[in-house]
Amino acid sequence: MAADSVERAILIEASPEVVWGVITEPEQISRWFSDEAEVEARASADGTLTWKPGGRGGEKQFDSIVPIRVVEAEPFRQFSFRWNHPEGAGPDENNSALVEFSLIEEANGTRLRVVESGIDAVTHDEESKARYLEDHEHGWEKHLGELLDYLASKSRGATR
Amino acid sequence: MATAVVEDDALWAAVADPTRRRVLDALLEHGQATTTTLAEGLPVTRQAVAKHLAVLNRVGLVAGRRRGREVRYAVRPERLDDAAEAMARVAAQWDKRLARIKRLAESVQAEARIDPQQRRRTQ
Repeated sequence: MAADSVERAILIEASPEVVWGVITEPEQISRWFSDEAEVEARASADGTLTWKPGGRGGEKQFDSIVPIRVVEAEPFRQFSFRWNHPEGAGPDENNSALVEFSLIEEANGTRLRVVESGIDAVTHDEESKARYLEDHEHGWEKHLGELLDYLASKSRGATR
Repeated sequence: MATAVVEDDALWAAVADPTRRRVLDALLEHGQATTTTLAEGLPVTRQAVAKHLAVLNRVGLVAGRRRGREVRYAVRPERLDDAAEAMARVAAQWDKRLARIKRLAESVQAEARIDPQQRRRTQ
Protein backbone atom coordinates (compact mmCIF):
# COMPACT_ATOMS: atom_id res chain seq x y z
CA MET A 1 0.00 0.00 0.00
CA ALA A 2 1.32 3.43 -0.93
CA ALA A 3 2.16 5.85 1.87
CA ASP A 4 -0.58 8.21 0.80
CA SER A 5 -3.40 5.71 0.50
CA VAL A 6 -6.00 4.43 2.90
CA GLU A 7 -7.98 1.23 2.69
CA ARG A 8 -11.17 0.51 4.61
CA ALA A 9 -13.79 -2.21 4.37
CA ILE A 10 -17.20 -3.00 5.84
CA LEU A 11 -19.64 -5.93 5.70
CA ILE A 12 -23.11 -4.87 4.62
CA GLU A 13 -26.19 -7.07 5.00
CA ALA A 14 -27.51 -6.27 1.55
CA SER A 15 -27.00 -7.62 -1.95
CA PRO A 16 -24.27 -6.21 -4.23
CA GLU A 17 -27.09 -4.78 -6.41
CA VAL A 18 -28.44 -2.74 -3.51
CA VAL A 19 -24.98 -1.59 -2.39
CA TRP A 20 -24.15 -0.65 -6.00
CA GLY A 21 -27.24 1.57 -6.11
CA VAL A 22 -26.27 3.33 -2.88
CA ILE A 23 -22.71 4.10 -4.00
CA THR A 24 -23.52 5.15 -7.59
CA GLU A 25 -26.96 6.81 -7.69
CA PRO A 26 -26.83 10.59 -7.22
CA GLU A 27 -29.85 10.70 -4.90
CA GLN A 28 -28.17 8.08 -2.69
CA ILE A 29 -24.71 9.66 -2.89
CA SER A 30 -26.21 12.81 -1.42
CA ARG A 31 -27.20 10.76 1.64
CA TRP A 32 -23.74 9.52 2.53
CA PHE A 33 -21.12 11.66 0.77
CA SER A 34 -21.69 15.18 -0.58
CA ASP A 35 -24.85 17.23 -0.08
CA GLU A 36 -25.57 17.16 -3.80
CA ALA A 37 -24.20 14.92 -6.54
CA GLU A 38 -24.23 14.89 -10.30
CA VAL A 39 -22.67 11.61 -11.28
CA GLU A 40 -23.31 8.91 -13.83
CA ALA A 41 -21.93 5.39 -13.31
CA ARG A 42 -20.23 5.20 -16.70
CA ALA A 43 -16.48 5.19 -17.46
CA SER A 44 -15.11 8.68 -18.33
CA ALA A 45 -18.29 10.45 -17.16
CA ASP A 46 -17.57 13.83 -15.58
CA GLY A 47 -19.64 15.04 -12.68
CA THR A 48 -19.61 17.17 -9.56
CA LEU A 49 -20.00 16.72 -5.84
CA THR A 50 -21.29 19.73 -3.93
CA TRP A 51 -21.01 20.49 -0.24
CA LYS A 52 -23.43 23.19 0.99
CA PRO A 53 -23.05 25.63 3.87
CA GLY A 54 -24.49 23.94 6.94
CA GLY A 55 -24.27 20.53 5.28
CA ARG A 56 -21.66 17.80 5.71
CA GLY A 57 -18.93 20.22 4.69
CA GLY A 58 -19.22 21.94 8.04
CA GLU A 59 -19.02 25.67 8.54
CA LYS A 60 -18.56 26.75 4.94
CA GLN A 61 -19.69 30.16 3.68
CA PHE A 62 -20.17 29.08 0.06
CA ASP A 63 -20.93 25.96 -1.92
CA SER A 64 -17.86 23.82 -2.36
CA ILE A 65 -18.03 22.13 -5.76
CA VAL A 66 -15.61 19.29 -6.39
CA PRO A 67 -15.04 17.74 -9.84
CA ILE A 68 -15.26 13.97 -10.17
CA ARG A 69 -14.55 11.69 -13.14
CA VAL A 70 -15.62 8.07 -13.24
CA VAL A 71 -12.71 5.78 -14.14
CA GLU A 72 -14.37 2.38 -14.05
CA ALA A 73 -17.96 1.28 -13.58
CA GLU A 74 -18.54 -2.46 -13.67
CA PRO A 75 -22.04 -2.95 -12.25
CA PHE A 76 -22.22 -4.68 -8.85
CA ARG A 77 -18.42 -5.23 -8.75
CA GLN A 78 -16.18 -2.19 -9.26
CA PHE A 79 -16.69 1.55 -9.15
CA SER A 80 -13.78 3.96 -9.22
CA PHE A 81 -13.40 7.68 -9.74
CA ARG A 82 -10.85 10.46 -9.58
CA TRP A 83 -11.73 13.62 -7.69
CA ASN A 84 -10.38 16.90 -6.42
CA HIS A 85 -8.60 17.77 -9.68
CA PRO A 86 -8.54 21.49 -10.58
CA GLU A 87 -11.73 22.69 -12.23
CA GLY A 88 -11.51 22.51 -16.02
CA ALA A 89 -8.44 20.25 -15.97
CA GLY A 90 -8.53 16.57 -16.80
CA PRO A 91 -7.72 14.41 -13.78
CA ASP A 92 -4.42 12.53 -13.66
CA GLU A 93 -2.34 10.93 -10.98
CA ASN A 94 -0.57 14.18 -10.13
CA ASN A 95 -3.60 16.38 -9.55
CA SER A 96 -6.30 14.13 -8.18
CA ALA A 97 -7.00 11.33 -5.74
CA LEU A 98 -8.31 7.95 -6.87
CA VAL A 99 -11.16 6.26 -5.02
CA GLU A 100 -11.78 2.58 -5.80
CA PHE A 101 -14.79 0.69 -4.49
CA SER A 102 -14.97 -3.07 -4.84
CA LEU A 103 -18.02 -5.15 -3.98
CA ILE A 104 -17.61 -8.79 -3.04
CA GLU A 105 -20.67 -10.95 -2.50
CA GLU A 106 -20.59 -12.98 0.70
CA ALA A 107 -22.98 -15.50 2.25
CA ASN A 108 -24.89 -12.89 4.24
CA GLY A 109 -24.31 -9.76 2.24
CA THR A 110 -21.63 -7.73 0.51
CA ARG A 111 -18.15 -6.79 1.57
CA LEU A 112 -17.52 -3.23 0.45
CA ARG A 113 -13.90 -2.21 0.25
CA VAL A 114 -12.65 1.29 -0.50
CA VAL A 115 -9.11 2.40 -1.30
CA GLU A 116 -8.28 6.07 -1.69
CA SER A 117 -4.82 6.79 -3.09
CA GLY A 118 -2.93 9.83 -4.29
CA ILE A 119 -4.04 11.86 -1.31
CA ASP A 120 -0.86 13.91 -1.34
CA ALA A 121 -1.66 15.00 -4.92
CA VAL A 122 -4.75 16.84 -3.74
CA THR A 123 -3.51 18.33 -0.52
CA HIS A 124 -1.42 21.02 -2.19
CA ASP A 125 -3.78 23.96 -2.00
CA GLU A 126 -5.22 25.15 1.22
CA GLU A 127 -8.88 24.64 0.38
CA SER A 128 -8.60 21.02 -0.67
CA LYS A 129 -6.27 20.32 2.21
CA ALA A 130 -8.82 21.78 4.59
CA ARG A 131 -11.50 19.63 3.01
CA TYR A 132 -9.40 16.56 3.59
CA LEU A 133 -8.25 17.39 7.03
CA GLU A 134 -11.29 19.20 8.35
CA ASP A 135 -13.12 16.85 10.58
CA HIS A 136 -15.78 18.25 12.81
CA GLU A 137 -16.55 15.00 14.49
CA HIS A 138 -14.21 13.59 17.07
CA GLY A 139 -13.02 10.08 17.47
CA TRP A 140 -10.89 9.84 14.35
CA GLU A 141 -7.89 8.77 16.33
CA LYS A 142 -9.56 5.41 16.95
CA HIS A 143 -9.50 4.64 13.25
CA LEU A 144 -5.87 4.57 12.21
CA GLY A 145 -5.22 2.90 8.91
CA GLU A 146 -3.08 -0.21 8.99
CA LEU A 147 0.13 1.39 7.84
CA LEU A 148 -0.23 4.36 10.13
CA ASP A 149 -1.17 2.20 13.05
CA TYR A 150 2.09 0.43 12.44
CA LEU A 151 4.08 3.65 12.08
CA ALA A 152 2.49 5.19 15.16
CA SER A 153 3.11 2.14 17.33
CA LYS A 154 6.72 2.03 16.20
CA SER A 155 7.20 5.72 16.86
CA ARG A 156 5.68 5.36 20.32
CA GLY A 157 8.13 2.53 20.89
CA ALA A 158 10.99 4.79 19.82
CA THR A 159 9.95 7.49 22.29
CA ARG A 160 10.36 5.20 25.27
CA MET B 1 -1.09 28.59 7.60
CA ALA B 2 0.58 28.84 4.17
CA THR B 3 3.85 27.79 5.75
CA ALA B 4 2.18 24.82 7.38
CA VAL B 5 0.83 23.71 3.98
CA VAL B 6 4.26 23.91 2.37
CA GLU B 7 5.74 22.01 5.29
CA ASP B 8 3.14 19.28 5.00
CA ASP B 9 3.71 18.93 1.25
CA ALA B 10 7.36 18.32 1.93
CA LEU B 11 6.40 15.86 4.65
CA TRP B 12 4.19 13.91 2.24
CA ALA B 13 6.93 13.85 -0.38
CA ALA B 14 9.42 12.66 2.23
CA VAL B 15 7.35 9.66 3.35
CA ALA B 16 6.04 8.80 -0.14
CA ASP B 17 9.41 7.30 -1.13
CA PRO B 18 9.65 3.57 -0.24
CA THR B 19 13.38 3.66 0.46
CA ARG B 20 12.93 6.55 2.86
CA ARG B 21 10.24 4.58 4.64
CA ARG B 22 12.74 1.74 5.00
CA VAL B 23 15.29 4.18 6.37
CA LEU B 24 12.65 5.37 8.86
CA ASP B 25 11.78 1.79 9.77
CA ALA B 26 15.44 0.95 10.34
CA LEU B 27 15.93 4.06 12.47
CA LEU B 28 12.85 3.25 14.53
CA GLU B 29 14.20 -0.24 15.04
CA HIS B 30 17.68 0.86 16.10
CA GLY B 31 16.60 3.92 18.06
CA GLN B 32 19.53 5.80 16.56
CA ALA B 33 22.07 5.00 13.89
CA THR B 34 24.77 6.45 11.67
CA THR B 35 24.64 6.64 7.88
CA THR B 36 27.13 3.78 7.71
CA THR B 37 25.23 1.40 9.99
CA LEU B 38 21.97 2.16 8.15
CA ALA B 39 23.58 1.47 4.76
CA GLU B 40 24.79 -1.91 6.02
CA GLY B 41 21.23 -3.06 6.60
CA LEU B 42 19.73 -1.65 3.40
CA PRO B 43 20.24 -2.55 -0.28
CA VAL B 44 21.43 0.97 -1.11
CA THR B 45 24.74 2.80 -0.99
CA ARG B 46 25.94 4.93 1.91
CA GLN B 47 25.63 7.99 -0.36
CA ALA B 48 21.98 7.16 -1.11
CA VAL B 49 21.23 6.74 2.60
CA ALA B 50 22.91 10.09 3.27
CA LYS B 51 20.67 11.76 0.67
CA HIS B 52 17.52 10.19 2.11
CA LEU B 53 18.55 11.23 5.61
CA ALA B 54 19.07 14.79 4.37
CA VAL B 55 15.50 14.87 2.97
CA LEU B 56 14.09 13.42 6.19
CA ASN B 57 16.13 15.86 8.23
CA ARG B 58 14.89 18.84 6.18
CA VAL B 59 11.23 18.05 6.92
CA GLY B 60 12.02 17.36 10.56
CA LEU B 61 11.27 13.63 10.54
CA VAL B 62 14.76 12.81 11.77
CA ALA B 63 17.38 14.73 13.68
CA GLY B 64 21.13 14.23 13.63
CA ARG B 65 23.50 14.65 16.56
CA ARG B 66 27.24 14.87 16.04
CA ARG B 67 29.40 12.69 18.24
CA GLY B 68 33.07 13.11 17.48
CA ARG B 69 33.52 12.27 13.82
CA GLU B 70 30.14 10.64 13.25
CA VAL B 71 26.54 11.85 13.17
CA ARG B 72 23.90 9.73 14.87
CA TYR B 73 20.38 10.04 13.52
CA ALA B 74 17.12 9.39 15.32
CA VAL B 75 13.43 9.66 14.39
CA ARG B 76 11.45 12.57 15.75
CA PRO B 77 8.19 10.77 16.55
CA GLU B 78 6.11 13.94 16.86
CA ARG B 79 6.63 14.66 13.14
CA LEU B 80 5.85 11.08 12.21
CA ASP B 81 2.60 11.45 14.13
CA ASP B 82 1.69 14.55 12.05
CA ALA B 83 1.88 12.45 8.89
CA ALA B 84 0.01 9.60 10.54
CA GLU B 85 -2.65 11.98 11.81
CA ALA B 86 -3.45 13.41 8.38
CA MET B 87 -3.84 9.92 6.93
CA ALA B 88 -5.88 8.81 9.91
CA ARG B 89 -8.34 11.64 9.31
CA VAL B 90 -8.87 10.53 5.71
CA ALA B 91 -9.36 6.96 6.93
CA ALA B 92 -11.86 8.14 9.55
CA GLN B 93 -13.86 10.01 6.92
CA TRP B 94 -14.14 6.81 4.91
CA ASP B 95 -15.20 4.91 8.02
CA LYS B 96 -18.03 7.38 8.50
CA ARG B 97 -19.04 7.24 4.83
CA LEU B 98 -18.95 3.43 4.82
CA ALA B 99 -21.10 3.33 7.97
CA ARG B 100 -23.66 5.58 6.24
CA ILE B 101 -23.57 3.41 3.09
CA LYS B 102 -24.17 0.34 5.27
CA ARG B 103 -27.19 1.94 6.98
CA LEU B 104 -28.68 3.09 3.67
CA ALA B 105 -28.13 -0.22 1.84
CA GLU B 106 -29.45 -2.30 4.74
CA SER B 107 -32.61 -0.19 4.99
CA VAL B 108 -33.17 -0.44 1.22
CA GLN B 109 -32.62 -4.20 1.47
CA ALA B 110 -35.01 -4.51 4.43
CA GLU B 111 -37.73 -2.64 2.54
CA ALA B 112 -37.26 -4.92 -0.46
CA ARG B 113 -37.74 -7.94 1.83
CA ILE B 114 -40.85 -6.57 3.57
CA ASP B 115 -42.63 -5.39 0.42
CA PRO B 116 -43.49 -8.80 -1.09
CA GLN B 117 -44.88 -9.97 2.28
CA GLN B 118 -47.07 -6.89 2.59
CA ARG B 119 -48.29 -7.45 -0.90
CA ARG B 120 -49.19 -11.02 -0.03
CA ARG B 121 -51.05 -9.89 3.11
CA THR B 122 -53.14 -7.31 1.24
CA GLN B 123 -54.04 -9.78 -1.49
